[in-house]
Amino acid sequence: MGGKTDVWQGTLALMVLKTLETMGPLHGYGIARRIEQTSDNSLSLNYGTLYPALLKLEQEGSIVAEWGVSENNRKAKFYKLTRTGRKQISKETQQWEETTALLARFLSPGEEQA
Amino acid sequence: MRTLRVFFARFAGFFSTQKREKGFSEELASHLEMHIADNVRSGMTPEEARRQAILQLGGVEQTQQAYRERGSLPFLESLQQDLRFAVRQFVKNPGFALTAILVLSLGIGACAAIFAFVDAALVKPLPYRDPARLAWVTEKVALIPRANLSYLDYLDWKSRNHVFSSLDVVSSSSLLLASPTGPVSVPIVRASDGIFRTFGVTPILGRDFRPGEDLPAAAPTVILSYSAWQKRFQGRSDVIGQTITASGLVYTIVGVLPKSFQFAPRGNAEFWTTLRPSSGCETRRSCHDLVGFGRLKDGVTMQAALADMATIAAQLETAYPDSNRGQYASVEPIADVIVGDVRPILLLLLSGAALLLLIACVNVSSLLLVRFESRRREIAVRGALGASRRRLLRQFLTEGALLVGLGTVLGLAFAQIAIKILLHLISEDELASMPYLQGLAVNLHVISFSIGVAMLAAALFALVPVLRLAAANELRHDLAEGGRAGTGMLWRKFASNLVVVELAIAVVLLAGAGLLGKSFYRLLHVDVGFAPEHLATVDIAAPHELFPNDEDHVAIQRHILESVSALPGVESAAVTSVSPVTYNGNTTWFRIVGKPYNGEHNEVLEREVSPDFLRTLRARLVKGRHFTEAEDSTKPGVVWINQALARKYFPGEDPLGKKIGDTTLSQKSIAEIIGVVADVREGPLDDEIWPAIYYPFNQNPDTFFTLIVRTSQREETILPALVEAIHKVNPDLGTTNESTMRQHIDSSETAYLHRSSAWLVGGFASLALVLGVVGLYGVIAYSVGQRTKEIGVRMALGAQRSSVYQLVLKEAGWLTVAGVVAGLAGSVAAATLMRKLLFGVRSWDVPTLAGVAVVLASAALLASYIPARRAASVNPVEALRSE
Repeated sequence: MGGKTDVWQGTLALMVLKTLETMGPLHGYGIARRIEQTSDNSLSLNYGTLYPALLKLEQEGSIVAEWGVSENNRKAKFYKLTRTGRKQISKETQQWEETTALLARFLSPGEEQA
Repeated sequence: MRTLRVFFARFAGFFSTQKREKGFSEELASHLEMHIADNVRSGMTPEEARRQAILQLGGVEQTQQAYRERGSLPFLESLQQDLRFAVRQFVKNPGFALTAILVLSLGIGACAAIFAFVDAALVKPLPYRDPARLAWVTEKVALIPRANLSYLDYLDWKSRNHVFSSLDVVSSSSLLLASPTGPVSVPIVRASDGIFRTFGVTPILGRDFRPGEDLPAAAPTVILSYSAWQKRFQGRSDVIGQTITASGLVYTIVGVLPKSFQFAPRGNAEFWTTLRPSSGCETRRSCHDLVGFGRLKDGVTMQAALADMATIAAQLETAYPDSNRGQYASVEPIADVIVGDVRPILLLLLSGAALLLLIACVNVSSLLLVRFESRRREIAVRGALGASRRRLLRQFLTEGALLVGLGTVLGLAFAQIAIKILLHLISEDELASMPYLQGLAVNLHVISFSIGVAMLAAALFALVPVLRLAAANELRHDLAEGGRAGTGMLWRKFASNLVVVELAIAVVLLAGAGLLGKSFYRLLHVDVGFAPEHLATVDIAAPHELFPNDEDHVAIQRHILESVSALPGVESAAVTSVSPVTYNGNTTWFRIVGKPYNGEHNEVLEREVSPDFLRTLRARLVKGRHFTEAEDSTKPGVVWINQALARKYFPGEDPLGKKIGDTTLSQKSIAEIIGVVADVREGPLDDEIWPAIYYPFNQNPDTFFTLIVRTSQREETILPALVEAIHKVNPDLGTTNESTMRQHIDSSETAYLHRSSAWLVGGFASLALVLGVVGLYGVIAYSVGQRTKEIGVRMALGAQRSSVYQLVLKEAGWLTVAGVVAGLAGSVAAATLMRKLLFGVRSWDVPTLAGVAVVLASAALLASYIPARRAASVNPVEALRSE
């Protein structure tokens, strides 16, 4: 699987939250697949790391979990965004944008700051 | 905020681990199913599909592990593991665990029990409003630092002072209440009307005394103590307005005091009534029967209050030289007076208990050390398997904390039992004067104290493995050698030091106990000046209200003596105004006719006795003659004096035939000295003999007196017959304190304080001795175990058994000598600190110290003989082969 990027520490939570915002309630496997698809298969996601991250979000109150039935009639645990989670998305999105903008300024060539 | 929320979620998660993990297994299963199904759909074989799914998951076990760590607090998880492991260790080695827990619980229990008393007496504030602003206000004379206040002086002190927002007085008294066996005397307090406002105490029922209710003309009112309300009126709320008839007067109940109220000077007082000064005493400035309580004005210090009262006392001295010469003022914080007596003893006992605890901790520390040594291999294996040093340390800390925790719980149970037993040992009278001890039990204060102590102990135990682990760099070496020979050197040094500390503490406690025991023995064998065996005593009250005339009292006393003397077994009977060995009080001022008098008060004890007083007590009349029954108020006055008075006021003279009188030499006070009495101990056992004058009861009768009977039978058995005979003489007479003279002496406050401290410190010392000797045994036995090979080699090379004995005993001997020497030095220092509690013994009492050294040395010898014997019986061949 050469050429794939590892998931950065701390970005997984935001990806999960954003996925749930777009897709609505989803089970763990679904979230994992969706993240891979969104990244155009350029991310190397170890599915196992997803579950502790989900648990942490649950502990923080950003998501809630409920057992339900999947599209092809299997029992699965579904995760749903809460209001706290939505607030967290906007907060973290803003932070990311600021960080990337900052980094972009460093990385863009030819610009020297006084 | 979010972090906190996560923490609580994980903390809660700790308690639902199983449920969560089961749920996650299902979740994972469904995840894999979906993934495998997808993989199959994309063309893989089922096996390959499964393999890929697990591969992409990163392993089922690993995922579960990561999830588990996230779900709860890893710290709690490993604590739980450590605890489980510790319990398993203890169960595997129950002897060690039980010994350690028991030893610790004894130390903690002793400390907690004594602390409960210290807390109640010295820490908890007295149950008054702002007790630090309350002053104990009395007069002061040369002989008596806290002398009662006279009523007229009180009125002047109250009106002239600038330092108290209120100043009130009380007088201990008693009332006769009807009971099935005749009237009994009930302890009460007479007080000025503002007393409860000064204390800052409000009745829970009814009202306070009203201003003016303490004047002579006021109607008698009474406020009940909470216990009297419960006992005599079953706590009924309709008691307000009811009346009590006592000692011929009718009292209206106006209030009930709160349960928390206590008054140590008269702790068992059932009723509080107002002063209504009418009796002769409160009309005379020279008659002192009150104790004052003042509440300091804001910003006024005790010293300033004392200075102000001293000024007033000086003014009164000038104005009334006859009565007030030499009458000074005393102002002290109320707590100093109430708990002043028991403070040094409680602190002594607390120090004793603390030493015991220290020895217990040291003992358990060395037990832990031994165990640590024997677990070196285990530790090495765990280290080799990847346990970090911190992780190992935590394991030991957990074990130590678990030991201490269990020891504390058990110790608190011991403490509760000990408190109950100690309270039982205190006589009822003593307990009444220490009301702050009522209902004493293990409470929140005691528990927090014990937890504090336990944490210190746990920290101490933690220190041992920390030091040891820091020194144990040679993990691999341990692994290879399995912790056999040669590794114990450092430990042996450390443990030896611990044993020296233990032995030294044991010596200090033993010496303390020895000195206190000797003091107590000396105290009980103080010459009281009479034969206290076979004497029975009863206090009799014939109150003024019922028996107004002096003649009544003389007649009653005569009838009682006659009818009591007729009882079978009675050899002789007498009365006195105050039983011997009670207190140095009830004093009078006298002057000698025909000698120059400078107006100074010659303050001496005054006792009124019947003619057979000395014969009944078997006290000695040094010279002169006894009183006769006929010598009453119609005959010229006569007195005896004791030898102390003769020595002080008639040095080198024959006092017989000399005349004495009151400070003004009034005609009716003049009496001739007709006898000199060999000193009878009227005051406490540890006090000096004061000069005393004995008046014939018939010339100087009193409403309250003590009957003393000498009997040929056992004195306890005659007490009911005495009470019956007294009530036959007159059913209105009150009787209290039926007792034998022995009991009276043994339960006197001085004897009580000495006995309790001697017994308790003795108990601590015995435990300390056992613990110290066991500690020594442990070290020597361990050392012998370590040196088995060396001993084997020595014996193979021809060493005699006797030299092996010598080898071991020498090691023990050095430790013992070091411990004893350090301990003796400590003992002298400790005894110097507590010399005020010693009686008739010096702090460096050589026989006691020598005795302690011998006891400890022989115990130590015995303890080291057993391992020495084992060493000497080593079979050299086996010892060498075993390595």
